[in-house]
Amino acid sequence: MEAGMVTPAPALVRFSGIQKTYDGEHLVVKNLDLDIRKGEFITLLGPSGSGKTTTLMMLAGFEIPTHGEIYLDGRSIKNMPPHKRDIGMVFQNYALFPHLTIAENIAFPLSVRKTSKAEAQERVKSALRMIKMEALANRRPGQLSGGQQQRVALARALVFNPQLVLMDEPLGALDKRLREQMQLEIKQLHERMGITVVYVTHDQSEALTMSDRIAVFNDGVVQQIDRPDALYEHPVNSFVAHFIGENNVLAGTVETVDEGYCRVALAGGGTVTARAVNISGAGASTSLSVRPERITILPDGSSSDGPNRLPAKVQNAIYLGDHALAVLDVAGNGEFMVKLQPGAHDNLRHGESVFITFRPEDCLALDPV
Amino acid sequence: MVGLPMTAASSTGATASADVPLKRRLRRAERTRQVKALALVLPLLVFLLFTFAGPIAGMLWRSVDDREVRQVLPQTIAALAGWDGKDLPDEAAFAALASDVLAARASGTVAIAAKRLNYALNGFRTILTSTARNLKAAPDPGMAKETLGKINAAWRERATWTTIKDASGPITGFYLLAALDLTRNVDGAIIAAAPDQSIYRNLFMRTFVISLSVTALCLILGFPVAYLLAALPPGRSNLLMIFVLLPFWTSLLVRTCAWIVLLQSKGVVNDSLHWLGIIDEPLRLIYNRFGVCVAMTHVLLPFMILPLYSSMKAISPAYMRAAASLGAPPLTAFLRIYLPQTLPGIGAGSLLVFILALGYYITPALVGGAADQMISYFIALYTTETANWGLASALGAVLLLATLLLALVYGKLVQGQQVTGGMKN
Repeated sequence: MEAGMVTPAPALVRFSGIQKTYDGEHLVVKNLDLDIRKGEFITLLGPSGSGKTTTLMMLAGFEIPTHGEIYLDGRSIKNMPPHKRDIGMVFQNYALFPHLTIAENIAFPLSVRKTSKAEAQERVKSALRMIKMEALANRRPGQLSGGQQQRVALARALVFNPQLVLMDEPLGALDKRLREQMQLEIKQLHERMGITVVYVTHDQSEALTMSDRIAVFNDGVVQQIDRPDALYEHPVNSFVAHFIGENNVLAGTVETVDEGYCRVALAGGGTVTARAVNISGAGASTSLSVRPERITILPDGSSSDGPNRLPAKVQNAIYLGDHALAVLDVAGNGEFMVKLQPGAHDNLRHGESVFITFRPEDCLALDPV
Repeated sequence: MVGLPMTAASSTGATASADVPLKRRLRRAERTRQVKALALVLPLLVFLLFTFAGPIAGMLWRSVDDREVRQVLPQTIAALAGWDGKDLPDEAAFAALASDVLAARASGTVAIAAKRLNYALNGFRTILTSTARNLKAAPDPGMAKETLGKINAAWRERATWTTIKDASGPITGFYLLAALDLTRNVDGAIIAAAPDQSIYRNLFMRTFVISLSVTALCLILGFPVAYLLAALPPGRSNLLMIFVLLPFWTSLLVRTCAWIVLLQSKGVVNDSLHWLGIIDEPLRLIYNRFGVCVAMTHVLLPFMILPLYSSMKAISPAYMRAAASLGAPPLTAFLRIYLPQTLPGIGAGSLLVFILALGYYITPALVGGAADQMISYFIALYTTETANWGLASALGAVLLLATLLLALVYGKLVQGQQVTGGMKN
């Protein structure tokens, strides 16, 4: 399709002009171009129905693209059946074979590859050591906890040294604490073994924790592919800004544009200076995005006078342990969040009038929501 | 999404001393529930006791019950009690027999004993009835042996007397031995029955072979259907399920007769094959083993499909995907991942079909030939035609035992493998 687009770094996987439809009318994946580099941990992040799982299933071979080509290590795998792709996969519900023991589950990919018995045994043993479950080798999956099953599924997908490992929301069924622990374990495994991982999740904090790069999906289109910090700091549009991290939105109209910055008249009154990221020009409507931790609350009557100083009314102040959250009414947005140090919220009263301020570089003018 | 605290070490509060009252309290709390549960099943339990357990116990009892001869010839039995069976019994036994026969003739019960004794020794009926007819009065003392010997020479033979002694009851292994083609010889040892009477082992064999063939046919035909049922989207699988269940809503007799219409020599199948020019002479499709297997398979197929379907429905498609992603070609994945998980269904379905087939009566009677009648045909025959309830019960007991044994083996097999867990869909 796009013959001129050649990246210098060797891509292990290349999606080229991929389209997928189930019903012949509605495209679940619209024109996807995506390179996955060898050894990287890439996350496909998006709300449900955004096409991320379909993309993963096309890579695994369980779905066939309606249009376009997928290359694995330079070869088209469009017509290659799943069992020949040499891709390890961890499923949402683990899919451990219930009639086999843990050791037999892990040995399964080796035995279908006709690995010698001695070597298979050795590799199963070291895989069990890796997940610290040597003692449970002869249990059946039904006798394990969710976290243990998750580890076994991971070991099974890694034991045959696949060139690529796919994970489809593997931590979705675990409780929060276990999920966070498993995130770190998976991340460490990735770093230690140097494997390439494609990870699907709808949980943005999970994506931020684990990924080298994140591809944000919405409505069948990749909105942005970037490093986690870049996605957070430099979202290219309102969807990404809103999906990654907490975000305050203010609607307004662009008045002037000047050297990457613009003046925006807020719909609820007041004018602010913002970084011009995704606006068509003066007169266009825009959505401003400001992160809660980049905002300062000024005591009433404070003399500080920056470019972005807006009046606000306190709605609520919430104590959250390691930080506190002030919910304000700013320019018609009644759910404007400001992150505070714990204790700093003590003197905020409901209905109190305050001023907020933020730097122009922390305020992004994006496409209107 | 709420972060739950870890639950480790939360149940260490109960100390050993508090254990006993806690257990008692638990028992008390459970007892009310158990009583309630019992009350709910009690009507069914009583019903089953009277209509199922009772008759089965009665049948088992009848297979060893042997009191007919004892009632008709009590003095003879008593006189034979001390007989060692090595030679002809002494004069007293003959005198006792003569007295018993006279008494039996007076009360009209000769036929009862004659019937029972005739099972054991062919021709005994004639011996006893002729004796009863020709014995005018009690023989003079010391002359009983000679008198009876004159009336019927059979009384001079040891076998005649051992037959009476064997039938002296009150319980006997005679019917059970007969059901296994065994009998006792003159000396009381268990030997194979005469070839012309050895039909039951063959009969059991035939019953098992037919049942096994039908089970195998049901499995071969039912497995793909069950697979399709489990794989189709709900709407279409429901429609298909109705077709599977349709036979359940039709009378067994009607279905069997329909096969007669289809398979007879001028039937639909033969006519079609003839019209197509595949055959010149009509094939013999019915009143033979083929007809029996076809009709029984048709009737029993749902009993195979339903357990298979329920075991397949529980297998998540993710297993096959996982197997493929781990490098297993479709056939390997099927054999190593899918098939083992359907084993409980295969076992349950096969056992169900096999056990139901063992007891089949109407279908073989209607579409089978003489050589395709199964054990239940003979049980029915002995119950209704010849009124040999002892043998009918013994055949039933052997069939019951074989069935129970099978169920036991199946139970052991299933116990060995745990088939739950893994997926939490």
